[in-house]
Amino acid sequence: MEHENKEYLRYLDEKAPGSPTFKNIVWAFCIGGLICVIGQAFSNLYSKVCGLSDEDAKTAVSVTMIFLGALFTGLNIYPRIAKYAGAGTIVPITGFANSIVSPAMEFKKEGYVLGMAAKMFVIAGPVLVYGITSSAVVGIIYYIYTLLV
Amino acid sequence: MQYLNAFWVGGLICVIAQILIDRTKLTPARILVSYVVLGVLLGGIGVYDKIVEFAGAGATVPIIGFGNVLAKGVIKGVNEHGLLGVITGGAAAAAGGIAAAIVFGFLIALIFSPKSKK
Amino acid sequence: MNNGAGAKRLGAQTVKFENRVPIISTATIAGPKETEGPLSDYFDVKLDDDMWDEDSWEKAESKMQREAVKIAVSRRGLALDDIDYIFAGDLLNQCTAAGFGIRDLNIPYFGVYGACSTMIEGLSLGAMMIDGGYATTAAAVSSSHYCTAERQYRNPLEYGGQRTPTAQWTVTGAAAAVLGYAEGSGTGDVQKEVYITHATTGRIVDFGVKDPNNMGGAMAPAAVSTLAEHFKATGTQPKDYDLILTGDLGTLGKSVAIDLMLEQGYDLSGLYDDCGCMIYDIEKQDVHAGGSGCGCVSITFCGYIINLMREQKLSRVLVAGTGALLSPTSTLQGESIPGIAHAAVIEI
Repeated sequence: MEHENKEYLRYLDEKAPGSPTFKNIVWAFCIGGLICVIGQAFSNLYSKVCGLSDEDAKTAVSVTMIFLGALFTGLNIYPRIAKYAGAGTIVPITGFANSIVSPAMEFKKEGYVLGMAAKMFVIAGPVLVYGITSSAVVGIIYYIYTLLV
Repeated sequence: MQYLNAFWVGGLICVIAQILIDRTKLTPARILVSYVVLGVLLGGIGVYDKIVEFAGAGATVPIIGFGNVLAKGVIKGVNEHGLLGVITGGAAAAAGGIAAAIVFGFLIALIFSPKSKK
Repeated sequence: MNNGAGAKRLGAQTVKFENRVPIISTATIAGPKETEGPLSDYFDVKLDDDMWDEDSWEKAESKMQREAVKIAVSRRGLALDDIDYIFAGDLLNQCTAAGFGIRDLNIPYFGVYGACSTMIEGLSLGAMMIDGGYATTAAAVSSSHYCTAERQYRNPLEYGGQRTPTAQWTVTGAAAAVLGYAEGSGTGDVQKEVYITHATTGRIVDFGVKDPNNMGGAMAPAAVSTLAEHFKATGTQPKDYDLILTGDLGTLGKSVAIDLMLEQGYDLSGLYDDCGCMIYDIEKQDVHAGGSGCGCVSITFCGYIINLMREQKLSRVLVAGTGALLSPTSTLQGESIPGIAHAAVIEI
């Protein structure tokens, strides 16, 4: 039996309040932009002051931002900002760290192996799965291209 | 100028995701997956590096930048190791980020416990 | 029907108790956020820490059930042995808050699950048991906890995400009620006895809502189905009640219920409220569409409403607990959300 009362679903859709899109956009823009500016500051620090190569500086920035995302999650600050910033805190790499630390903390009660460690990638796992798999697809295509050229 | 470009490009990338979350039925997890795959594609055809040149961290810090790193890594891997690079290239380039996430994630989760929300 | 049930049944879903069943005692335990809300004065135990000296939130929720039962039983000078049956449930997988909470009380136990309608389901079953002559005294208890529900149904607490405007806030709270005729040594603080007179058991209603962040919209049709059936079976009208109450439809579900009831010819205006809209200050406490969870109707009804009745500020209330019968698995598999509502009439 199909459970779908189309008339009701249409009515409910109209009745439901929409997300406060404009406010959300302003927050996402400002916080997302700000996190990138912090990344830029570290990038300048690593390449200009510490003298790291371009490539190394980029990796160091990622590592730093991930550390900060993790730390501010532990301090319960990241989710408080995220409540307003939405995608502004989800999309930067700090959000990736947040999505790894938060289940790890949460499931510590279920043990360090099957809780904390096993649940670490419940949210972030798909990003790695699809990221790395699609990189392999790009690699195959590029490999075939190199054979042909 | 560099900081300004990082700010508005990074902000804009987040805004597009915010609109998708608010206006479509896409969940944040799906948007992140789409973003990283998009980064791999844009990186594969060499477009994303132009945005990185312009916006710096405004392009590398959002998760699309992670996809770009994977794509550039796999191309480098294929150039150096041929077919084997298809498998090793992406993850090798992203190793820093992934290992950092695991190690810091582990340590922070050891030290801190979740707090109830009000 | 030749077993005498005919006289006790009205219509297809309603029971009219031959002897109205007294609710002799209630007890409520509320979490920190609920304690900051407008109903704070009516809760017996107000927690300032929702871990309550336990080492997990699950254990804290079990303790809430256990302590609520103990308080409700001792309030009228009863002993745990005086309770013939207990009906208990919650939102956790396999109803563990109830199982572990009731574990040491040594009372014959029926685990019940009606999602957030569990308290009213338990009260209905307990009253049937007593009026049927199978028990002298029975208890019902139900609980929910923001932190245990959040990790089971949604995201880890520290995950940075935004709640949608239709999302509701799971109430941290537990309530227990004792029904029946046991004679205790004390009269408690009760000035006026309250009774259950009717119970209308809901049918599962599913209109195809799939958004787990819009439970009010998913459950409202079930509430409407049960309320309309109740009015039809008992030959009553909304105005025959001082208050009609739903469990946790929230702001959106409440206005949907008003609309749908009007379509069926029942005007609820001025007579109707929803516990999810009462338990928090919706604007100030940032709870989006209001409260939800087993604890929502449990502590609002057993704490606030029953006390108003004992103070004789209300004399006849129709309460419908509402539940969303979904699981994280069913949501991931793309299933819609089946709704349920169980109603009971309470009188002084």
